[in-house]
Amino acid sequence: MDTFDWITTAAKSAFLVIILLQVVPIMAWVERRGSALMQNRLGPNRIGPLGLFQSIADAIKFIFKEDPIPGHVEPFYYMLAPLVSVVPAFMTFGVIPFASSINLDGRVLHFQVADLNVGLLYVFSVASLGVYGIIMAGWSSNNKYTILGSLRSSSQMISYELSMGLSVIGIILVFSTLKLGDIATQQGQLMTHLGPWLLPEWLQIPKWGVFIQPLGFLVFLVAAFAETNRLPFDLPEGESEIVAGYHLEYGSMKFAMFMMAEYLNMFTASGLITTLYFGGWQLLPGFGPLLGLLQSQFGLAGMSAEWARVGFEVLSFFLKVGFFMWFFVWVRWTLPRFRYDQLMDLGWKVMFPLAMVNILLTGTFAYYGWI
Amino acid sequence: MDISPFFFYLFAGLAIACSTMVILKKNPVTSAFSLVLVFFAFAGIYALLDAHLIAALQVFVYTGAIMVLFVFVIMLLNADVPSFDLGRSHFLMRVSAGFSALVLLGIFVWAFKESSFHSIGGEFTLEKIEAAGGNTQVISELMFSEYILPFELTSILLLAAIVGAVAIAKRKLVGGRV
Amino acid sequence: MLVKKKKNPLQEIYLIEILKGLFITIKNMLFAPKVTIQYPEQRRNYSERFRGMHYIKATNGVENCTACMLCPTVCPAECIHIEAGERADKEKYPVKFEIDVLRCCFCGMCEEACPKDAIKLSTIYEMSTTHREVYDKAFLVEQRGSK
Repeated sequence: MDTFDWITTAAKSAFLVIILLQVVPIMAWVERRGSALMQNRLGPNRIGPLGLFQSIADAIKFIFKEDPIPGHVEPFYYMLAPLVSVVPAFMTFGVIPFASSINLDGRVLHFQVADLNVGLLYVFSVASLGVYGIIMAGWSSNNKYTILGSLRSSSQMISYELSMGLSVIGIILVFSTLKLGDIATQQGQLMTHLGPWLLPEWLQIPKWGVFIQPLGFLVFLVAAFAETNRLPFDLPEGESEIVAGYHLEYGSMKFAMFMMAEYLNMFTASGLITTLYFGGWQLLPGFGPLLGLLQSQFGLAGMSAEWARVGFEVLSFFLKVGFFMWFFVWVRWTLPRFRYDQLMDLGWKVMFPLAMVNILLTGTFAYYGWI
Repeated sequence: MDISPFFFYLFAGLAIACSTMVILKKNPVTSAFSLVLVFFAFAGIYALLDAHLIAALQVFVYTGAIMVLFVFVIMLLNADVPSFDLGRSHFLMRVSAGFSALVLLGIFVWAFKESSFHSIGGEFTLEKIEAAGGNTQVISELMFSEYILPFELTSILLLAAIVGAVAIAKRKLVGGRV
Repeated sequence: MLVKKKKNPLQEIYLIEILKGLFITIKNMLFAPKVTIQYPEQRRNYSERFRGMHYIKATNGVENCTACMLCPTVCPAECIHIEAGERADKEKYPVKFEIDVLRCCFCGMCEEACPKDAIKLSTIYEMSTTHREVYDKAFLVEQRGSK
């Protein structure tokens, strides 16, 4: 670690933390306006342009609200639980690359806080810690609804973690690396095969994960919904059955932290879906010619051209992530909640076998060199 | 890595402090959460030793899955404090317990001092692992070539455990509602 | 009774059904007319017969009420309080006419009972205040015409 590393790492971390902190208010606004529009309402539109400052008003309300600790809770764990659920949510995004690399005076700068060689496993292992916050909250609140919520959450997370982990094995088999940076880079190649057949030149699309792993993508997407406790799998906080689930006894900023953790987990899940299945920072279709046009129009060359490329990559990445964030909201206001036995049936009897089939298929394809 | 020793002592101290918490605390849930921290500290030490895969797996498997089940069971059984209070132990019992603990400590100290503990090191040095493409590649290659038999035996053991669990769970249902 | 509907295998997979559902929500979001009435600027049009805040009708600055006590008698919520008095021309009139709106259930029976067409309910519905209020005679007469 020399000065260059220290400065760039600090800058990248600061950039990510700023983005992550922006996610929560923006998503709270998107969720409220989006749901309202889908239900033929208007939603909050009073404060600021289009109601954008509504989240700021909410935050101010959360901060200045009285923050009581009920008499029947375990104070230490009660206070600790929101922290425990928020910290892993912040930690995970560090290994996800949001642009390719750039050469700065002979040094290579990767747009990724840490390029671990076990990147994918790191994401899974840290994400699996989020459940502790929920368990702690449920248990320490000393309330039957909260404990039901946390039990539901932990069993749901363990069940779906399995199919989630198995569904990415296909991706690992294809790209034969756990580094998220390498996975994103390799998705820039063109797809030359479809099964045993060679594709003609004009049909060759980028080798994005979703094209070579459609089944794995489906399983991963469903598991991501279950892991982030979003509808249709938000059993841990099912209002109609267990009031509010694990965060029933929480108010003001402590509740806001649980909400923050939920949105950050959504953001990480979207980032992961993008990186694994939608080419990560690879330019969106149409962005390549646009970039070329921009560079020739303004006569960009050398470093400035490189920075323009990085800018477009960052833009592509966050557009993709934004689409999946929106997808989470969209699905939430479309589908009703599952029943608990349906959830478990889906996890163990449908998603798990599908993930296994995916591994088998991918293994066969990889053995014959078709991918 | 010049900052390594500081972090080693940090994680080691955390591990020792939390392990004592595990056995000293009367509240079983506190013990379980302390154990989670112990696993974390271990993962930190593994990461300092450049064994990133083991560190990630430690967190993923132990804290992410196994300890969740532990906490789950403790919360479901609702084991409260009184059931662990077995009354005053006998004087002789305490003396013998203290004595055997001291003996064990002595044996450990002797073993670490006398044995050639420092020179353990296989053929896989850091440089070699780096050249072969990192921890994951090396471990998976070994696991699926040289150690394939133990690997498969372990999976059979796990399968046996699953079958046993299903058998125990299903036994109650025979005769009753399916 | 639980009826098991026969589904075709395509519906059994749900994926296409989910996509259809997503299409419906996005269609509603983008194209359906929004039903929200943006309250302070836009208001709902109530019928002329809407029963809102009370007022006492007056002719030539003198209230129509003759303090006949029919409205406090018929009032189910017992929220009208009248003290009768006599004018110089021997006309009976209410010295005090108070309505405790917090008790009022806006049934409109007083309006029906009144022989002089004196007490009426207007269409004003914005009556929320920060303190408990009893409407007195002066206030009620002033509300006249501000339907």
